[in-house]
Amino acid sequence: MIDTTIDKRTKPKEISKLKKKRNRKKIISSLTFHIAALVIGVIMIYPLLWALASSFKDNATMFTNAYSLIPETWAIVENYVSGWDGISGYSFGRFMLNSLIVAGAGTIGGVFSSVMAAYALSRVNFKFSGFWFMCVMVTLMIPNEVMVVPQYIILRWLGLIDSLPALMAPWIFGHAFFIFLMVQFIRGLPISLDEAAKMDGAGKLGIFFKIILPLVAPAIVTSTIFCFYWIWQDFFQPLIFISSPEWFTVSLALNLYLDPNSYSNYGGLFAMSTLSLIPVIGVFLLFQRYLVEGIATSGVKG
Amino acid sequence: MKVKNGIKKENENLVGYLLLSPWLLGFMIMYVTPMFLSIYYSFTSYNLLSPPQWTGLDNYQRMFQDESFWQSLKVTFFYVFVMVPLRLFFALLVAMLLNSKRKFLGVYRTLFYIPSIVGSSVAVSIVWKQLFGNDGVAMTLLAIMGIPQDVSFIGNPSTAIWTIIALGVWQFGSSMLIFLAALKQIPNSLYESSSIDGANSWVNFTRITIPMLTPVIFFNLILQSINGFRVFTEGFIITEGGPMDSTLFYVLNLYRRAFTYFEMGYSSAMAWVLVSIIGLFTFIVFKTQNSWVYYESKGGGK
Repeated sequence: MIDTTIDKRTKPKEISKLKKKRNRKKIISSLTFHIAALVIGVIMIYPLLWALASSFKDNATMFTNAYSLIPETWAIVENYVSGWDGISGYSFGRFMLNSLIVAGAGTIGGVFSSVMAAYALSRVNFKFSGFWFMCVMVTLMIPNEVMVVPQYIILRWLGLIDSLPALMAPWIFGHAFFIFLMVQFIRGLPISLDEAAKMDGAGKLGIFFKIILPLVAPAIVTSTIFCFYWIWQDFFQPLIFISSPEWFTVSLALNLYLDPNSYSNYGGLFAMSTLSLIPVIGVFLLFQRYLVEGIATSGVKG
Repeated sequence: MKVKNGIKKENENLVGYLLLSPWLLGFMIMYVTPMFLSIYYSFTSYNLLSPPQWTGLDNYQRMFQDESFWQSLKVTFFYVFVMVPLRLFFALLVAMLLNSKRKFLGVYRTLFYIPSIVGSSVAVSIVWKQLFGNDGVAMTLLAIMGIPQDVSFIGNPSTAIWTIIALGVWQFGSSMLIFLAALKQIPNSLYESSSIDGANSWVNFTRITIPMLTPVIFFNLILQSINGFRVFTEGFIITEGGPMDSTLFYVLNLYRRAFTYFEMGYSSAMAWVLVSIIGLFTFIVFKTQNSWVYYESKGGGK
C-alpha cells in the first residue's frame, strides 16, 4: 500500500530521492509505532512494577510520593521477613504450601480426568456418549458461583469443609472447559492412526495411552497451565470452603493481611502480594509459546 | 503375521464409562446433586442450623421488593455493559497496532498480555486498592497537577465502580491475542484487490477487517460477558461493595446473603435468577448474530 512505487522507467537520480523519501516515512511510522507501544506498555506494567517497588519501601515513607517506583527508604529485608512471618501463628510459607498442594493435586488430577473424558467422548462408541457430551457443554455455561451454596452444603455433609480436599473437589474430577478443548483437539487427529493401531491389536485403552496421549500433549500443556492459574488465584471457593488459618491459601492469607484490624504492615502486604504473583509470571515466561498458541486457537480466558 | 479376525471385540461401553468415570463422579457430586438441592432450597427458608422450611415462591417474590437485589443487578449490568465493550475496543485497537512486521513485537505482546494472567488475583486487587485509595498514586498525582481531591476514587460512590472497570479493561490481553490471530487469518488478497479498486485504509478497515473479525468479536463478546457477570473478587477486596452499595456486584450480594446472613434459601433463588439472566443474555446475543456476524461459508451460522 506504499504509493511511492519505484518504476523501472524512473531515472537513477529520482530513484535515490524516492528511496530517501520512503526511508524517512518508514522511520517516522516506526517511531510512532514504538512510542505508542511503549506508552501502552508502561501503563500495562506500571501497577505491577509499583507493587514490586512498594514491597521495597519502608512503611513510614511508603505513601510519600506514592507514585514513585524508587523507594525513599529501602526496607526489602524487613518487608519480606515480616511478611513471611505470617499471621495467626502460621508463616506465609504454610499458605504457599497449601496453595501449592491444592493447585498441584487439582491440576494433575483435573487435567488427567479431562483428557480421559475427552478421549472417551471423541473416540469411544459407548451408550449415551452424546448425552454426556451435552452435559459437559451445559456445565460450561453454568458459572461456578451459582453452585457454590449447595456445594458447600454437600461438602459439609461429607465432612470436607475446612480442609484442603474441599478446595480440590471442584477441580480434580476434570473441568468442562479442558474437556471441550481436548475433544476439539482429538477430533482434529486423523482416525487412520487409531485404525492402524487397532490392526496391530491395540484396544481402545492401548490406543489412548500409546497414540492419543502423546499427540494431545500441546493441549495438555495449555490446560495444565491454565488450570494451575485458576486454582492458584481462586479466591471465591477458598473464601467459602475454608475458615481455619491452618488451611488458608495464598489468596485468603492476603485478604487477611489486608484487614487493618489484624494486620497493619503495608510493606509485608506488598512483599507477599508480589511473592504470590511470582509463580504465575514465572510459569508464563517459561511456557509463553504454548500459552500464546493455546489462547489464539481456543480463546481461553487467562 | 497376525490374523485379522483375531482382533478382539472389546466392550466399548465398559471402556467408555471407565474413562469417563472420574468426570462422571465429579459431575454427580459437584453439579447434579447441587443443582437439585439448589432448586429445592430456593423454595425454602434455610439457615443451615434448622432443617429447611418450605416457603413456596416467597424467596422469588421477596426479590422484587429487595432493594439490594435491584441495586446489585443494576451495578452488575452497568459493569458488564461498560467494561466488556471497552475491553474489546482496546483489544482490537492494540491488536491492529501489533499486526505489522516490526521489531520487538514479541516483547510488546508479552507486556500487554501479562495483566490478563494476573488480573483476577487477590494481589492485583490489593494493588488496585492502594493505587486508587487514600494517599494512593491517583490522588497524589492529581494533587501534584493542582487538582487535589477530598475523597479518593474508591471512596467516592460515583467513581468507585470506574476503578473496577479500569481493572477489567486493563486485562484486554487475552482478547487481544485472539484478535491478533484472527487478523493474521484475513487473506491479504482481499486488501490487495480492494486497493486496486482505490479503497483507502479506512474503507479497508470498515469493509474488510471488521466484517472478517465479527465471528471472533461475537465469540469474545459472549465469553467476556459471561465472565463479567461473575465479577466478585474486585468488589470484595477493592471496594467491599461500597461506598453506598455502588459496587455491590450480584455475586457479592449473593455471597453475603449466604455466608454473612445465612439465608441459604434466598441466595439459592438469587443464584437461579443469575443463571436465567446469563442464559437469556446469551440467547439474545445469539439471536442477533445473523444481523451482524459475517460467516464466510454461506450456510449461515456455525
